[in-house]
Amino acid sequence: MNTDTKSHDVRSRARRVLLAGVQGLVLALVVLPCGVAFLVLTLVSLALIPLGIGLVTTPAILTGVRALADARRRLAAEWCGIRIPAVYRPHHEGAKPWTRTFTLLRDPQVRRDLRWLPVDFTAGFVTALLPAVLVFCPIEGFLLAAGLWRAFVPATGDAYWYLFVPVSGQGTAFLAALLGAVLLVVASRLAPRTVKAHFELTRAVLGGDAELAERVRVLTETRRDAVDTSAAELRRIERDLHDGAQARLVAMGMDLGTIESLVEHDPAQAKRLLAQARRNSAEALEELRDLVRGIHPPVLAERGLGDAVRALALRLPLPAEVSVELPGRADAPVESAAYFAVSEVLTNAVKHSGADRIWADVHHSDGRLRITVTDNGKGGAAIGAGSGLAGVERRLGTFDGVLAVSSPAGGPTLVTMEIPCALS
Amino acid sequence: MRVVLAEDLFLLRDGLVRMLSAFGFEIAAAVDSGPGLTRALAELEPDVAVVDVRLPPTHTDEGLQCALAARKARPGLPVLVLSQHVEQLYARELLADGTGGIGYLLKDRVFDAEQFIDAVRRVAAGGTAMDPQVIQQLLSRRAADDRPLAGLTPRELEVLELMAQGRSNAGIAAQLVVTERAIAKHTSNIFTKLGLEVSDDDNRRVLAVLAYLDRDR
Repeated sequence: MNTDTKSHDVRSRARRVLLAGVQGLVLALVVLPCGVAFLVLTLVSLALIPLGIGLVTTPAILTGVRALADARRRLAAEWCGIRIPAVYRPHHEGAKPWTRTFTLLRDPQVRRDLRWLPVDFTAGFVTALLPAVLVFCPIEGFLLAAGLWRAFVPATGDAYWYLFVPVSGQGTAFLAALLGAVLLVVASRLAPRTVKAHFELTRAVLGGDAELAERVRVLTETRRDAVDTSAAELRRIERDLHDGAQARLVAMGMDLGTIESLVEHDPAQAKRLLAQARRNSAEALEELRDLVRGIHPPVLAERGLGDAVRALALRLPLPAEVSVELPGRADAPVESAAYFAVSEVLTNAVKHSGADRIWADVHHSDGRLRITVTDNGKGGAAIGAGSGLAGVERRLGTFDGVLAVSSPAGGPTLVTMEIPCALS
Repeated sequence: MRVVLAEDLFLLRDGLVRMLSAFGFEIAAAVDSGPGLTRALAELEPDVAVVDVRLPPTHTDEGLQCALAARKARPGLPVLVLSQHVEQLYARELLADGTGGIGYLLKDRVFDAEQFIDAVRRVAAGGTAMDPQVIQQLLSRRAADDRPLAGLTPRELEVLELMAQGRSNAGIAAQLVVTERAIAKHTSNIFTKLGLEVSDDDNRRVLAVLAYLDRDR
């Protein structure tokens, strides 16, 4: 058992090292020619801008550079799990050549791409070639010792240099194999790391402050969403008050005015109007209550998210199990966003899933509020344009929250929401 | 009958004091905060307490918590809870100890003075007064997913609703303008269909109905 795992370890390590060698080789073979070619093309194309030709060629070449950089980003993610963010500014395909060229050249990401080219075929080339050399040199050493040296040493007295060992006979060939073995030990430690270093370098040059720029883009977007949503919400509240409670109170005032003048000579009619006024006041209250529930539900204000979700579940037309594990309360805006998100998801489940049971789980761990809603319905839910879930996603986005939906056809549907927040 | 009243809005407190006095209640104390309520309930030992859910200093569910704590200290202390909104969640908490003497009503119910006073008296006598809104939520939920309830006639559903609010047969008969005998027949039908034991005790009736509606949650 123990030796088994050990040999398994050795084998997987050997595979990793060999893989690093191959990866390095591929990178080195692609890096140098492409990098040089694109840099030369770009420089020529830029030089041709005054002649007008450059205006046509530059965008095409820059697109090529971008494809090259994108390929490297993909490899970094696939081979080493290093994510290199890219934030290209959007540009219009139909724009005039002049505008296109200069929009591209003004894009910081494009400039980073160009700066990356020379770095890539110098430092990048070395860091890519090194693992390949480290892995393939020992193999050559072993092959020499196995008899290949005869092919390289045509006559006695001649020598074939294997690194710093002059191979002239079987004896020196063994020496070469020994050197190869030493190199192999070094390779097993260094090769994967060097490949990683290559991609780290790529990230340092290509990524730059892209991560920050991406963050700014996301924040701008979510802020716009938040402002839009709150403006729409205010309009809704204003309309509801104007058409609902306010109108009812006016009607009530009118009724009371009429009653005042009727009460003496037509008590029966006055009594009828009084009943109507009371109905109006009850309905105005009802409308105000609904409105308050839509702005900030009373249970949420009084008890916090856990009990608010419990109360929500009690109002559903089907049985829902709620489990809550919250050691404190989140900030009011976060609580509110989470509550309405859950409310929307539950409503969706009731309306569309065809489920006969729902489970909701609310808990907080690792600085994140995590809510899952599961139903045993028919599945098929998706976050898309027009679906209520897109609205939920926007709502959570304001707080850097995320929404994930797993809903295979045939069910069950599992909706997970996460909002980073602290409890107090 | 001595009442302790807790309501933080002056206008409402004043109105309630006037209404209760007009119907012959003695106002032992009218307080405006949670701590005040706790003190009054402990010292004055009233026959019934009328309490707003939301009270200072926290302005959350302080009133409800004070009432629950007071009932723990003195089981069966009649408490009528008033609220701007009613939630099943709170209704369950109030009914949880099963000792009766509990009411939970929307504040608007005071519009109908006689019905409101009737509810206060019922609670003071150890019965229950649940807001029709709470009961309706429960019933509509049950009607959607439960066979036995679907087997009730519309009239029987009406009677069940009033019964769950805490009314006696006489009260239900008056409300529906039929004889008490007719109601007795309806209630025994309902009890049979729902598989509940027959009982004369108002409060037990409500608890039985609620327990049935609450089943398998």
